[in-house]
Amino acid sequence: MIISVASGKGGTGKTTVSTSLALSLEGKVQLLDSDVEEPNAHIFIKPEIKNVENVSILVPEVDESRCTFCSKCQEVCSYKAIAVLPSKNGAPGKTLIFPELCHACGACSYLCPEKCIKEVKRNIGILEEGARGNVEFIHGKLNIGEAMAPPLIRAVKGRIDREKTVIIDAPPGTSCPVIASIQGTDFCILVTEPTPFGLNDLILAVEVIKQMEIPFGVVINRSDLGDKKTEEYCQKENISILMKIPFKKEIARAYSKGTTIAEGFPEYKKEFKKLYHKIKEEAEK
Amino acid sequence: MKICITSQGNSLESQVDPRFGRCQYFIIVDTDTDEAVAVDNLNKDGLGGVGIQSGQFMAEKGVKAVLTGNVGPNAFQTLSAAGIDVITGVTGSVKDAVEKYKKGGFKPGAGASVDSHFGSRGGER
Amino acid sequence: MKQIVVISGKGGTGKTVVTASFAALAEKKVMADCDVDAADLHLLLKPTIKERHIFKSGATAFIDKKICISCGKCRELCRFDAISRDFIVDTISCEGCAFCSFVCPEGAIKMRENTTGEWFISSTRFGPMVHAKLGIAEENSGKLVSLVRSKARELAQEENLDWVIIDGSPGIGCPVIASISGVDVALVVTEPTMSGLHDADRVIKVARHFNVPVKLLINKFDLNEEMSGEIENYAKKENVEIIGKVAFDEKVVRAMVEGKTIIEYTDNKTTQVIKEAWHALSR
Repeated sequence: MIISVASGKGGTGKTTVSTSLALSLEGKVQLLDSDVEEPNAHIFIKPEIKNVENVSILVPEVDESRCTFCSKCQEVCSYKAIAVLPSKNGAPGKTLIFPELCHACGACSYLCPEKCIKEVKRNIGILEEGARGNVEFIHGKLNIGEAMAPPLIRAVKGRIDREKTVIIDAPPGTSCPVIASIQGTDFCILVTEPTPFGLNDLILAVEVIKQMEIPFGVVINRSDLGDKKTEEYCQKENISILMKIPFKKEIARAYSKGTTIAEGFPEYKKEFKKLYHKIKEEAEK
Repeated sequence: MKICITSQGNSLESQVDPRFGRCQYFIIVDTDTDEAVAVDNLNKDGLGGVGIQSGQFMAEKGVKAVLTGNVGPNAFQTLSAAGIDVITGVTGSVKDAVEKYKKGGFKPGAGASVDSHFGSRGGER
Repeated sequence: MKQIVVISGKGGTGKTVVTASFAALAEKKVMADCDVDAADLHLLLKPTIKERHIFKSGATAFIDKKICISCGKCRELCRFDAISRDFIVDTISCEGCAFCSFVCPEGAIKMRENTTGEWFISSTRFGPMVHAKLGIAEENSGKLVSLVRSKARELAQEENLDWVIIDGSPGIGCPVIASISGVDVALVVTEPTMSGLHDADRVIKVARHFNVPVKLLINKFDLNEEMSGEIENYAKKENVEIIGKVAFDEKVVRAMVEGKTIIEYTDNKTTQVIKEAWHALSR
């Protein structure tokens, strides 16, 4: 089963839940951190990294000696990543490529009538793989200044082994990197906190997940801070509250040092196992 | 020879627009005949690649030099590929800029004068 | 006119609470909420919407089943796995590249423009605010951020305001780059946790990559003073000025529940530190 852990709002405890869940389960477990902009799960899992790979996307490169400056590539590029300066008064033209605008769709190279565009790799980040006990760990790190996270997220998800229990720590929010992360998962845990911000962003996340038709449930973190509106919302919308984690300064302090709840407070392992079984039941409904 | 000045208005009395890609108007002046044409910048509200498109437009118009406040890296790359001189840091009225250019008062810049997205924040540093 | 953006790298560090406090403290300003896919600033500023606009961006492929001959060309070439076996476009996966529409031998694929969100100009008790709502599961948040920023800036110019105060988005990707590029100063709000430091470091590097000056504020610093010390050492090493250390304060949540900024809610050590931070930032 593939479980994604997401949250509309950042900082609600997504990584706390995903890492503690991974460390509480027996058998073969895979933890994927797909928050490639700000990966954090490794801080808590402390895996031994065994493999590092560059992740790249394919961007066009033009062989100008064969280019006729017909502008076809520019016409078909929806991202305005190609500019053709036609030949003028005998002077040769130029075809300019702006790789940081390219989404690597492949249209230009395929449609070039002269077949003079080839695709070359452009690195956007790295993927690291490692393990800690029974937990296999994979995450991606987006290069600084790089805007496009989804291709790296897809590379991380390419490591999914369906034979294992797969847990994906998704980025916060509701935009494309989140969608890329939770798409194709069997169940999504939405982690929230019972504050007005938490609820506002939870509602947005619920709308996204409903549209994606993925079964989901809610974990309320720091459940005793804030107000009751989050629980009322869940009841009204018939959303199951899978778990509640109260606020404890000791938990917050352990977290700040990179210790998960499951390890710092082993009595919680039982709770996370229960969470897993509840998810299994919900997913099979 | 044709030169282009980015402008906030459509006349020679208008002020130079500090942005290249997202300027309000391009004023194209023939330095031999003093004939001037103001062209509305159709790219100014585009969502991306605006500097590149404005650069291509300059090439299409056969402009030899661009006088503006600032250009970003993509626009600079496009303009220089087209063999167009780029003169940045130009302020004041379009008319004065043209006069100063004719007297050889400007030197082309060696690179982009600002980072990407300069124009989308209104041309302010 | 100066632009200040509040960012965090990691979510949940108190970025929006700090932004809203600055809204209460600054004079002659416009607020811009650039956290467009999880906007929260409106919960504290309670804007009254004056103008509402549709945001259109990008396109999605649509296959006309009456014309489609199921040849499979589009499916074979789509790099985003957005076309199903029965030739229906998965609108969530479609990147809008239009490759399929160019190669379809029957001309059965059309590109349809997306309505990806809405943006608003509003008034609040602290002055004007520009904000937006990205449609559900939509992309191009970076472009919407750019739009919100340019409208806020225009408003500041028209009304002769001194400040554009921007609530940035979490992460380091396209919406963040769009939020910070070209601002006068970026304030990074972090917390004394290993993740907080890790993420602050990444976002500070992004800001510097785009030549934006950075300052730091440590929120809930007393939750782990040792870690706060580490952040201070980091700041010294990286030459980043720390303009405030705010202690954990349950009143922040209580103010939020009442829909108020902490500045309006109480007058205590927390508000004192935030006021000093604003002075340090705005001098």
